Amino acid sequence: MAHIAAAADPVAAFEEQLPGVLKGTHEFRGELTLFVAPSDVPKAARFLRDAKGLIYNFLSDISAVDYYEPARGHGDYGDRPERFGVSYHLYSMLYNRRIRLKTFVNEDAPVVPTLVPVWPSADWLEREIFDMMGISFEGHPNMRRVLLSEDWEGHPHRRDYPLGYETVMFSFNADEISKHKPFAEE
Amino acid sequence: MVTTVKKPAALEIPEGTENALGQAQTWQGALDDLRGLVSERAMTGETMLLNLGPHHPSTHGVLRLLLELDGEEIVTCLPDVGYLHTGIEKSIESKPYDKALVMTDRMDYLAPMSNNAVFSMAVEKLAGIDVPERAQIIRVICLELTRLNSHLVWLGTSSLDLGAMSVFLYCFRERERVLDMFEMLGGQRMMTSYIRPGGVWRDLPEEFLPTLGKFLDIMPARLDDYEKLLTNNPIWMDRTKGIGVVEPEDAIALGMTGPYLRGSGVNFDIRKVMPYSGYQNYEFDVPLGDHGDVYDRFIIRVHEMRESVKIIRQAIKALGSASGSFRTENRKFAPPPRAELGRSMEAVIHHFKLWTEGYSAPDEEVYVAIESPRGEIGCYLHGTGGPKARRVHFKTPSFMHISSLGKVASGHMIADLIAIIGSSDIVLGDSDR
Repeated sequence: MAHIAAAADPVAAFEEQLPGVLKGTHEFRGELTLFVAPSDVPKAARFLRDAKGLIYNFLSDISAVDYYEPARGHGDYGDRPERFGVSYHLYSMLYNRRIRLKTFVNEDAPVVPTLVPVWPSADWLEREIFDMMGISFEGHPNMRRVLLSEDWEGHPHRRDYPLGYETVMFSFNADEISKHKPFAEE
Repeated sequence: MVTTVKKPAALEIPEGTENALGQAQTWQGALDDLRGLVSERAMTGETMLLNLGPHHPSTHGVLRLLLELDGEEIVTCLPDVGYLHTGIEKSIESKPYDKALVMTDRMDYLAPMSNNAVFSMAVEKLAGIDVPERAQIIRVICLELTRLNSHLVWLGTSSLDLGAMSVFLYCFRERERVLDMFEMLGGQRMMTSYIRPGGVWRDLPEEFLPTLGKFLDIMPARLDDYEKLLTNNPIWMDRTKGIGVVEPEDAIALGMTGPYLRGSGVNFDIRKVMPYSGYQNYEFDVPLGDHGDVYDRFIIRVHEMRESVKIIRQAIKALGSASGSFRTENRKFAPPPRAELGRSMEAVIHHFKLWTEGYSAPDEEVYVAIESPRGEIGCYLHGTGGPKARRVHFKTPSFMHISSLGKVASGHMIADLIAIIGSSDIVLGDSDR
């Protein structure tokens, strides 16, 4: 059996081989998060996938989060530098551990380089984020909506996108509501 | 002789009609949209474009496939999802954690307990809730029953797609018994909401374990019956062997998990590599495939059902000596029993707080993944510091498997596509959420 290199500490490996890429780390309940700049995401992902002792070869998930707080107003994202966070969850089948790669993008230019050349599985995950959060991925082969229809307006998972309710129909307001209902025309 | 080319009436859209994007709605425009996705031969009409679905019995829900066909051979397969999108992730953001749980049943409606469990475990990890041993064991029983439930539906429907009608009837007969047991537990046959943050909703009812015992006694023989009908059946083997082959490297790169990945021989089962709910205490095997074809995936799922029966038997034994209650005793997260409310002011306060506000979880993010019947279902949960989530995202196996369908299916005959869709075990509610 081929010799398998011992597992390496990802933070130390970054410092040593890709100095300056890592913007910070965070650990919560045993989950390690590495922060990188958006432009460094493909480089960092490729490094995590291929470097000796890391081999995070499986992309579990990509998810985006909006730090906008309607109650606190625009531009206040707590201790976060930008409005949106994009988290890449990687898993190493060889060393059986997970890691999170995270980047922040602002509202004016929500663009992150794509990871499709690194993992083909990123294709639809990135399309879903584009669809739901309005973050587009540069270099993606087919950057279109995946769940919603092509002509949908807005990106529903943004925090300033209203949830939407329908008025409950009672006998006293039934006529008023049915006036506005989109019934099929003859 | 004069030949006139006339478009079908349904495609005739008045000139100048625009859609919301301001694009003129002509048939030519729609074809132009596909440039780069389908081959150039489709533009000239050399190959045929065919819509399969969204309403087609063999697409297992509302999956639409746009196929480019050269004769009967698939050149390109473009899956289109979203017909069952219900905004579950968005709705969860407006509900406290314990009330958001009922939304998760509605995602993967064939494996509701897996969804309940992954969301509950994410909340438990975020908020720091301990789950007692007894609750863990009840969860394992539920999760494995869910696996049986889901695999039985899969076996029934996917063999029905390939023309084996009787297997469908037999599988649904056994599945009915699983649903009856779910009804005993949660009061509902499909949308159980039984596994909740902190444990399970209530203790096992008295009649549950005897019913489960009877079911486990008959199940191995029933599995033999299904195998008698299919495993060595020459028609079944002709239709499934060598079809939809996925190499292990491709399977990892395409983000496949579960029986799809193990069919290609990759030994990755989250119950084994990152055990949760005490799966490390049970002895079971993880079946692996050799060829990565439809037949291997069929064999793996049937063997998984046998392993599930084994796990449930061990869990019933372990239940006798398990410590703790069916849910956490921490009153900040789980409501007090009804009897306590009349005696203790504390209990009334806890009850009131839980039912009006809910409990708070820190402004942090966690990712939890478990092995659902279809593969890795992951829950990304980001708290706000208050009782509601900032963002929840479910990484669902069906979504990943549909996204890779185009690569697996191209080059096959259209009849083989049906076998491939069947073997990928997709649930559109799981994919679209």
